[in-house]
Amino acid sequence: MTSEVTAKGTGTAGSASGQGASRRRRAPVKRLMAPAVIFLLVWMIVPLGMTIYYSFQNYNLMMPMMRGFAGIGNYAILLTDATFWDALGNTLVLVVACLAVTVGLGLLLALLFNATFIGRGVARTLAISPFFVMPVVTGLIWKNMLFHPVYGLISWAMRSLGLEPIDWLAHHPMLSIIIMISWEWTPFALLILLTGLQSLPEDQIEAVRLDGANRWQEFRHIVIPHLGQVLYVVVMLESIFFLTSFAEIYATTSGGPGTATTNLPYYIYLNAFFQYDIGLSSAAAIGAVILANIFAIFLIRFVAGNLNAGSAR
Amino acid sequence: MNAQRSNIGLAVVGWLVALIMFFPILWMVLTAFKTEQTAFSTTPEFLFSPTLESFRTALAQGAGYWHYAFNSFFTAMVSTLLGLALAVPAAFAMAFYPSKRTDFTLVWMVSTKFIPAVGVLIPIFLIYKSLGLIDNDWGLIMLFTAMNLPIMVWMVYSYFRDVPKDIVEAADIDGASTMQTMFRVILPLALPGLASTGLLALILAWNESFWSLTMTDHNAATLAVFIASFKSAEGLFWAKMSAASVLTVTPIVVLGWFAQRQMVRGLTFGAVK
Repeated sequence: MTSEVTAKGTGTAGSASGQGASRRRRAPVKRLMAPAVIFLLVWMIVPLGMTIYYSFQNYNLMMPMMRGFAGIGNYAILLTDATFWDALGNTLVLVVACLAVTVGLGLLLALLFNATFIGRGVARTLAISPFFVMPVVTGLIWKNMLFHPVYGLISWAMRSLGLEPIDWLAHHPMLSIIIMISWEWTPFALLILLTGLQSLPEDQIEAVRLDGANRWQEFRHIVIPHLGQVLYVVVMLESIFFLTSFAEIYATTSGGPGTATTNLPYYIYLNAFFQYDIGLSSAAAIGAVILANIFAIFLIRFVAGNLNAGSAR
Repeated sequence: MNAQRSNIGLAVVGWLVALIMFFPILWMVLTAFKTEQTAFSTTPEFLFSPTLESFRTALAQGAGYWHYAFNSFFTAMVSTLLGLALAVPAAFAMAFYPSKRTDFTLVWMVSTKFIPAVGVLIPIFLIYKSLGLIDNDWGLIMLFTAMNLPIMVWMVYSYFRDVPKDIVEAADIDGASTMQTMFRVILPLALPGLASTGLLALILAWNESFWSLTMTDHNAATLAVFIASFKSAEGLFWAKMSAASVLTVTPIVVLGWFAQRQMVRGLTFGAVK
């Protein structure tokens, strides 16, 4: 027995026994993958399929007798519902504004924290902390202690400067939400862009410096192209996260005043949990999935491309 | 000399930016050590005699903090362990016994992360309702697991890929079974990576708010729901709310400080190194 194993190990070695092993292992491999695959199928893909199905059904929990095939009825209602268009518009405004702020500020901060100065590590750690704060806490801290028109810190600062304090959440609700979400996510952009900056090709920078390039040319021709990839990833990831913003709105404006801060997730939540309209909210959910997919397709293609580059190495 | 001066300038700007970003957190911490009267004042008090009163109220029996904290801890912990138990075998198979379908499976798993939660909210709510899983710790655990599984599989896979393949071949040649190879050879080598993966999953599950707010009411409610319950408390409980928030946020922010690199690796699916 022992001699047999040894013979196999020392003798032919390499490819033959390797192939034998992988042929023998094919079955266990499937069994190893199955639990994770089945779990994701059951919790993500099956419900997604059901959402599609419900979106074509007349289905309101309050009117159990009315169930039946609705065709594109729910989608037709959706397209004529002013609130849905508001929600769609708000979602896009939120995504675009938060992207502009977080990526712009994130890039500036990444460049700043890429330079060496005293206590840089600690300063960077403080600056990225907001990302780890629970969204509900973010919402309540900003709403109460910073944005409050009378007792908030910002109002106090404005009064001290002789300005009229602003009732942020009542008069600039969307701007307030954008500020809160940007505060949370600028650290994310910062962290990823900084990681990108730190992997800059040093030799190329040396080379252009020797050629007498100034700081701007160096930034324009080396840093930007290298960061392009990283920026792409940040934009795609953040878009998907911003599309699904919920807790910050839930904890502060509850989608109001009126529909001023109702985004797509909040619209779906209201229709499902307060109007009990399963069909209509499912149709809106499919809208959200399609919107997310527009970004996800590019991102997934990028991840998959990276994967092949990785295996080639 | 000149370089040194610009260095000091950078330090000033860098620290100023850091303090501005950190300020809301600092303000929350300060408020937590105030009395309700000093917390709710038109002129903010920066210097005050700190009191633990709000922490005492927040932690008092009947205030509920411990109930929610237990749920947060239990659901985050169990979902992380369950996630690892599902992710490790899958990642092991994909990293060491790749087939033609491996890339597809991996990318498919990653892509499920990009289905917005609202896309599956309604069926899950209805199924959970009929199974009695609404407001149930296990219902929440399964959702947290599903939410983190793509990231976890990806991360464990990327750590396994760093392990030289020769080691697996050597174990095969020595006659180790697949299970033995996984548990005795690969897991010990990838332990730091597994710890990072677990840490990230823990942070994400603890901070998760969407499912907690929609799927729980009281029994399985987490700290996110507890904190959200302060949303209608106009000015009455700012100190208490801050104390509860500090207790909720601090462990995770501190863990987050140590998990910065893993965060980048996990959340960008290896697209940024």
